[in-house]
Amino acid sequence: MVPSLTGSGSGLHVAPVNTAAGMVCRRVFARRARAPIPAGGCMAEYSVFSLVRHALSGHRSWNRAWRDPEPRRHYDVIIVGGGGHGMATAYYLASLHGVRSIAVLEKGWLGGGNTGRNTTIVRSNYMLDENAHFYEKSLQLWEGLSRDLNFNVMFSQRGVLNLGHSDGQMDSFARRGNAMRLNGIDAELLDRDQVRRMVPYLDFSQNARFPIRGGLLQPRGGTARHDAVAWGLARAADRHGVDIIQNCEVTGFEMSGNRIRAVETSRGTIGCDRIGFAVAGHTGHLAAKLGLRLPIETHVLQACVSEPVKPMIDSVVTFGVGHFYVSQSDKGGLVFGGDLDMYNSYAQRGNMPLIEHVISAGVSMIPSLSRLRVLRTWGGVMDMSMDGSPIIGLSPIDNLYLNCGWCYGGFKATPGSGWVFAHTIATGAPHPLNSRLSLDRFSRGRMVDEPGAGPFPNRH
Amino acid sequence: MIRITCPYCGPRDHQEFAYVGDATLTRPSDDAGADAWYDFVYLRDNPRGPHLEYWQHVHGCRAFVKVLRDTLTHEVLATGTAADDLVAGGR
Repeated sequence: MVPSLTGSGSGLHVAPVNTAAGMVCRRVFARRARAPIPAGGCMAEYSVFSLVRHALSGHRSWNRAWRDPEPRRHYDVIIVGGGGHGMATAYYLASLHGVRSIAVLEKGWLGGGNTGRNTTIVRSNYMLDENAHFYEKSLQLWEGLSRDLNFNVMFSQRGVLNLGHSDGQMDSFARRGNAMRLNGIDAELLDRDQVRRMVPYLDFSQNARFPIRGGLLQPRGGTARHDAVAWGLARAADRHGVDIIQNCEVTGFEMSGNRIRAVETSRGTIGCDRIGFAVAGHTGHLAAKLGLRLPIETHVLQACVSEPVKPMIDSVVTFGVGHFYVSQSDKGGLVFGGDLDMYNSYAQRGNMPLIEHVISAGVSMIPSLSRLRVLRTWGGVMDMSMDGSPIIGLSPIDNLYLNCGWCYGGFKATPGSGWVFAHTIATGAPHPLNSRLSLDRFSRGRMVDEPGAGPFPNRH
Repeated sequence: MIRITCPYCGPRDHQEFAYVGDATLTRPSDDAGADAWYDFVYLRDNPRGPHLEYWQHVHGCRAFVKVLRDTLTHEVLATGTAADDLVAGGR
């Protein structure tokens, strides 16, 4: 819910501010000139009546959905990274924890990093408790996110189906499905005929190189509109007073003992009491400025979208032999991706041989894909952790909080990540849901290694 | 496509190689203690820029090739044998 903001006639807004020390003071900051938002959120601002009214004036008089403020000299909390995770963190800090002085610093534009580059899949089909409980919380937040933000993030629970191609794989699916059910997460083990009824366009022929034996389905999984997530969170955070500062790259840090006193940016030096990193693949780059080495390597992951076609794939399907996953966007394009390019990269673009590899896996799974044209490919840089699980929590620096190691699964975690990270920053201690996803798990030998792949970041 | 000059076979596409990883790490002695092993097994410099790394020429001579490559541009700056020092300072 967006609470009532009582704007004065002069366009100034007064809000009580919880400082990090727990003191309540009052701080005044300028709001954009527009009518105050009535109680009940933005329903009155966005309604069928306002749509008609604006249509009559050629849609030229809509208010900006969020401000474009100049950075202030100091904030209680600075979040570095204006993607989904950073915006969600700021939103929950403001809406649930009452922190009123928050800035999100984004070096480019809102949602222009991995938030705008992923394949939009949302699921919580994990086996290990640490991941299962966290991602299930995230999925539950997804289920209420559109209503919470009053912004349609187009969350579509169309089901996520993992294909199994051997007895051993089906046994491991049964094990994972049972682990999920014991954790209260929905899971259904499907046999070959059930898979065939659900997704008849797969290769069920005698010639299939990898015959389909069945699958593990999470019906509540699905997809969401990634840009809408960034925009919805940005608008909601902005209306709680969060300053979203774009084109503001962090270039250095001013230290005071073992604390970060201020961040140096391309738009000046900004003081902070607490600071959180939510910069995905660029975590290593920022950490290096602080002299921190992390259990992370940055790798490039590519994804593709085909030309739009009529409705064909109404779920998310993943190949069980090669690394390939596909869904269909509401525009009709098949959105698919595969494995990492495998070498360290911050380049946000990959190489063609990997695209060929991904598409050959796709054609092996869905022969009719060979008739489609690829519309576009792109790359994003992934913060691959040493056990394939995220790192959310404290850091060796007193007032720095880390949110990283998302590998290629960060999108589905967006609301959950923001929710636990906001808790961690507000209280100074991790929530039970992220206490086991700590940085020190690597030195303490408590890895959360879902596939059992060992400390090789490009194998997760 | 990244083109890597193998010191034995000459310039080849990176598809002939398997990526091994960071070439700046030195395996500690068996009794070096937990901190040294934690550093070696888990922590990485992960630089945005020149990165010293090993690639194995698996579809060629099978040698481990040391490569200095920019992780932001994918440009290969230097290659050599595993024993070569490609960067001043011995790394």
